[in-house]
Amino acid sequence: MLQILNESLIELHINGEIRKALARPSDTLLFFLRERLGLTGAKPGCENGDCGACTVLVDGWPVKSCLMLAAEAIGHEVTTIEGLDKVPIQQAFVDKFAFQCGYCTPGFIMNCQGLINIHPDASDEVIHEWLQSNICRCTSYQEIMEAIRSVLPSQ
Amino acid sequence: MIPFDFEYYRPQSITNAADIFQTLEESGKNPVFYAGGTEIISMARMSSITTGAVIDVKEIPELKAMEFNGDDLVIGAGVTLTQIHEANLFPLLAQACARVADHTIQNKITLGGNLCGTIIYREAVLPLLLTNAYLVIASVKNARRVPINEVFSKRMQLNRGELLVQVHIPRNYVSCPYVHVKRTKEDKIHYPLLTVCALLTDNQVRAAFSGLVNFPFRSVEMEEALNDINLTLEQRVEQALNKLPAAVPDNLEGSAGYRTFILKHLLTSIVNELETGNVTNS
Repeated sequence: MLQILNESLIELHINGEIRKALARPSDTLLFFLRERLGLTGAKPGCENGDCGACTVLVDGWPVKSCLMLAAEAIGHEVTTIEGLDKVPIQQAFVDKFAFQCGYCTPGFIMNCQGLINIHPDASDEVIHEWLQSNICRCTSYQEIMEAIRSVLPSQ
Repeated sequence: MIPFDFEYYRPQSITNAADIFQTLEESGKNPVFYAGGTEIISMARMSSITTGAVIDVKEIPELKAMEFNGDDLVIGAGVTLTQIHEANLFPLLAQACARVADHTIQNKITLGGNLCGTIIYREAVLPLLLTNAYLVIASVKNARRVPINEVFSKRMQLNRGELLVQVHIPRNYVSCPYVHVKRTKEDKIHYPLLTVCALLTDNQVRAAFSGLVNFPFRSVEMEEALNDINLTLEQRVEQALNKLPAAVPDNLEGSAGYRTFILKHLLTSIVNELETGNVTNS
């Protein structure tokens, strides 16, 4: 049985690498990524699961890293925005001006990347369903829709 | 950031989980079973709950099951709402799960977490109430399979140390004609002003509700009124409204009058849809 009783060195698979760092069992994955590993792409917003700025992929699925313990990620593959290497959705956000202040952008891109991988045939209804998990205070929603449509094979 | 420390355990079996719960309980750690963890983390962050240990049960094989087995559809308590929606083995449950919180959080919330959490809506329970589902509950003493109405009354009535393992849904219900409707005050992603799940079996309408009063419920008295063919549809709905199990609340989400107004019109259209076979879910 895996057990972590206090602050300990834990090992996570992140962006294709094994990363080790100290973590308290009660550290969220968001805190661990930013404060222990310096991966600051996942943004703290509401830290309550509402805004989606901290979205990362866990085993390919979007997850709000403020609502996951770092310890839970042991044995799973985590991908952060730093782990994407010029994938089409990143260029699409540039081409379609799908951001203004940019704070929500990593979370939106990770959610979009999850959708592209899991449902490349997504309809507009499915895109809407997924994107409603993220909030953009600059209201770039239309441009974000255009960005993801431009890279989905089904569109 | 969670402002206090706790221990983390990830058992690989039900026995292991029950044993470690008892050990931690006896040592005063006030342990909690942990699956998706969304509610536990958000409440711990606000210091609304404290615990000395979380027992992460979602990787125990029995809690990850999702398959037809004999006469039942078996779904483990650790299966996420997204997995239930994507598998679509029971469309009414799939649809109810797809309207809890938002899509990304559905990747984390588990069926067991939605049923056992403290948030009052627990919308995933509605299809289970309608289908007379059974729950498998384990503890250090034993494992038992019980009808849902014996352990769900306003909320799950589990004893300390009891772990919800699985939900067993009788197979004959999963393909019944159904309607799922969720109404929110503003945005689509919100707590329900009113959620109704209904299905038709043996020419009888069954209906369960969340958001209408301060707990999810299915009312046999309301169903008897809705199925009284000696009355007009309008009279049946009026009779059903008179048999609500609690007062409809007035709050910021909506007034009692507004909720009742929506309920009246939804019930009329739902019963009509199910009885005429012209079902449109929303």
